[in-house]
Amino acid sequence: AARLSGGENRLVSLPLSRIRVIMKSSPEVSSINQDALFLTAKATELFVQYLATYSYKHGRGKEKNALTYSDLSHTAEECETFQFLADILPKKILASKYLKMLEKEKRDGEVGKGDEEDEEEEDEDETVGDAGS
Amino acid sequence: MAERPEDLNLPNAVITRIIKEALPDGVNISKEARSAISRAASVFVLYATSCANNFAMKGKRKTLNAGDVLSAMEEMEFQRFVAPLKESLEVYRREQKGKKEARKDKDKKADSEEQDKSREEENDDDDERMEEEEQNDDEEVDN
Repeated sequence: AARLSGGENRLVSLPLSRIRVIMKSSPEVSSINQDALFLTAKATELFVQYLATYSYKHGRGKEKNALTYSDLSHTAEECETFQFLADILPKKILASKYLKMLEKEKRDGEVGKGDEEDEEEEDEDETVGDAGS
Repeated sequence: MAERPEDLNLPNAVITRIIKEALPDGVNISKEARSAISRAASVFVLYATSCANNFAMKGKRKTLNAGDVLSAMEEMEFQRFVAPLKESLEVYRREQKGKKEARKDKDKKADSEEQDKSREEENDDDDERMEEEEQNDDEEVDN
């Protein structure tokens, strides 16, 4: 397999071996020809570039000269091309709001599923969990 | 995604570099954003693979080929990738061909001073003589 190191002038920087592992984790896939492997790696790089630049351009992080998680999550939600990422890039809400939502749903007699659809569109500067932007 | 012991993640350093090179200078990328992009990239690979595989199956083939991947890109609405991918593929194929011929020559000559000269960038040399080839040009780091 073509072994490509981390030099900037290489044709592709992502390691083909790792790409191959991910591809093979797909159960229906039997074999992958070398060109297909290369193309997938290269496409993934293009994808990373595209996701980053699109999110930066359309997001609010750039007000602070940054690319933030919420820029990405916003992209996944707003842009159809990136919608397949919506599940892994969920919007984040304040813990307190989430708890309020749960309580409300309990009161309304529904199962507290914690759907993020209702009131989660706040300023995503404060996020649940990890240190945000 | 499959839960397997193998690492389904892509190397952080490489992902970071790709992002940095794509964005304007000096833009800060939060760790969370970086990690999110990395995950997104893995998902992208899975999605592309699955899509390409559908095309292979349609063609009654068990091996994914270049055409399948390109068709997948169109299907996934990443048509913008197709032209640059095709270009890169050509370069890649030339490189691979060069390496192959280099190995053939190597066997023929049984010359042991020929190392991995095939690491060099697109050399349009037909001859593939290994005389003065710069072998230390590229890092031979194994990933």
